[in-house]
Formats: sequence, structure tokens, C-alpha cells
Amino acid sequence: MALLGLLEREPSHGYDLKRDYDAYFGRGKPLPFGQVYATLGRLARDGKVLVGETEPGAGPDRKRYVITKQGVSEVETWLREPVEPEPHLQTVLFVKVVLALMSGRSAEGYLDLQRAAHLQRMRELTALKRTGGMVDALLADHGLFHLEADLRWIELTAARLDALADMVRA
Amino acid sequence: MNAETVRAHPDAPGALIEARDVGLSFGPTPALRGASVAVQAGEILAVMGPSGSGKSTLLHCLAGILTPDTGEILLAGRRLDTMRENARSALRRDRFGFVFQFGQLVGELSAVENVALPLLLSGTPRAEALARARSWFDRLDLDGTQTRRCGELSGGQAQRVALARALVARPEVLFADEPTGALDSLTGEHVMNLLVSCAREQGTTVILVTHEPRVAAYADREIIVRDGTVTSFAAAPLLP
Repeated sequence: MALLGLLEREPSHGYDLKRDYDAYFGRGKPLPFGQVYATLGRLARDGKVLVGETEPGAGPDRKRYVITKQGVSEVETWLREPVEPEPHLQTVLFVKVVLALMSGRSAEGYLDLQRAAHLQRMRELTALKRTGGMVDALLADHGLFHLEADLRWIELTAARLDALADMVRA
Repeated sequence: MNAETVRAHPDAPGALIEARDVGLSFGPTPALRGASVAVQAGEILAVMGPSGSGKSTLLHCLAGILTPDTGEILLAGRRLDTMRENARSALRRDRFGFVFQFGQLVGELSAVENVALPLLLSGTPRAEALARARSWFDRLDLDGTQTRRCGELSGGQAQRVALARALVARPEVLFADEPTGALDSLTGEHVMNLLVSCAREQGTTVILVTHEPRVAAYADREIIVRDGTVTSFAAAPLLP
């Protein structure tokens, strides 16, 4: 869907789409060319893009792709749909705390180590924000707020450990 | 310097500022119970912990504002807690800078006079003090606010003026207690970026009390104060 959205701006070659995808959304995981052309082929098959004439010149990437009305409609529908909020109701953090308490190990020690790991990752993302551009900052913020939510849970759980221990050992 | 009080700590060689086994009670209520921490020169340390855990009390002890009942506070190996109050006051003025949650600017003075205050108090001629203070306004994106009274500044501007005031005398240690606590996320981020950049440029050691992980993430490391004692954890290597 990201490629289709990028294509809505203007007719583009596969190379241009890959370059812009990598710049905005790749973040260290560049899109393989093969995946770009496989996706464009599928979109063409489904009537969401049209493949232009092969342009004269050297190089493999001489086709220009154009989004269709059906493609634009699909992008519009997708943008209007909220992403399902992830409930995270059964996280590994929770499982570790409960199992530590059940086995008489130190859940507090685990939470302390997890807090340190979270804060270390937050430092890395903060450094990325301070040295990178706006796209880096926005993506880093997303990660930072999620890590902060985890940390709030860690603090609250640490405060509730005695009560939780009584419950799981009952 | 008294030779008796100058000694390196075996566990913290080269620490610029250090609390050793510090205890302090307010009446019957213990605020610190054997708190120890060593901060290296140039380091930015975040002090975290729940409300009422003793983190601000620890900061005030390290800054020589409060005197502990037990234990020692050392600045470059020199006992701070046993100094006379006038010596500690001079030290706070000349070697420390402070930023608090609500700026605590002097309302009767203009922004530039507020920034110049530490220089004026330490005897710098007024013209020179004001010139040095003015140089901070461009640096902290405060153009056009020099002659404003503090009541005419936004929260973010006031906090940046407070930051300039804390750093204008090039302190060795900057103590910051919830410096972004009264600011929205974006303004707080701006203040923290400036605080860290300026501290790094000047080589200032920063001790930063905060309950916000996103603020603590600007520091080199964090300690957690819990029930008046300090815990510190290095991040363990993560499993793949």
C-alpha cells in the first residue's frame, strides 16, 4: 500500500518508488528491487496501476507506472481506516514477571534489568533524534513513546509486586 | 585545601562529585538511607525514582544546599558537607549552576538581567556581565526577549532564560531538578536539546533529576533512587 500511495503523487519508475520508500519508510531495511517489481506487477494485474510503454534508453528500469482511479480509491479507503490498536495483553514482560514470582525468583531484579534495557534503547533513539532529520525524529518519537508506556507499566508493576506475588502463590 | 579531606575513593577514581553512604532525615522521616553515587567530570547523570523516593533530596545534598546527617559529600575529593556555610555558598555561586522546574527567575528584573545575575553576584563589572548574558540569547533562540520582564515570557522562554542563567558563569556542575516538568513535550525537548548541547560544549557535568524517561534518555546513564537508597543497573546484553 505504501508503494501505491507513493505512486499517487505522480507517475514514477520502479527505481524512484524504491528510493522514496527507502528514504521515508525503509529505516535500515531497504526494499529489494525484486519486491518492488513483484508488487507493481500485482497492482497492475489487479487494475490499480497501469504500466506505461517501455521508454527508450539503457538500463532495466524503463517502464513508468501510473495509478488508476481504482488505485486512488484504494489508497483513500486505506488512509481512512484506523490501524487496530495492539492490545499487548499477553506480553513476554508480563509472563516473565509472573513466572519469576511463581518460582520464587526476583521479579524486581528482572524489572530493574528490563528498565535499564528500555532506557538504553531510549538513549539510542534520543541520539538518533538529535543527529537525524525530521523523518528520523518522528520515527524515533514513535519508538520512544512506546518504550515509555512499557516503562510506566514496569514502574506500576514493581509497585504491585507484593500483591501480585500473594495472588500467584496462593 | 585540607589534606585530610582530599582523598580518592577506591570505587570512584576521578569522580568530580560524589555522595558516600549519605543519610538524611526530616524529623522522624528518613529521606536518604545510605545513598551513594559518583559522577565523573563531563558526565550527564539522570536521577530517577518514584515521587518521594529522595531523588531531589540527594540532588540538594550533592549541591551543598542540604547537609546530610551521616555520610560524606565530596567535590573533586574535597568534603563539601563539612564546609562552613559561607564557603558552600560561594562554591554554589561560582562552580554550580541550577535549573528548577519553574525557572524561579527574579520577576523584577529583565530577562537579560536575570541571566547576568550570577556574574554580577560574583563581582563581574555590570557592562561585561550584561554583554556575556546577551551572547546567550541568540544561542538559546531567545532573540527579542532580552528586555522583557519574566512575566512576559512563555514557559519555554522562561526556562531557556533560566538555563542561560545557570550556564553563563560556566559552572563545573549543573543541577537540574525536573527542568522540563512544567513544559509541553515539544518545548521540553527543545530545552533538553539546548541543555545537553551547551553542557557538552562547556564540558559541564550535569545531574538531572527527572521522573520522565524521555528526559532521562538525554543522559549518559541513570540511577534509580528508591526508599532513600541508590540502585544503578547497566543494561544487560540483549538476547537475539
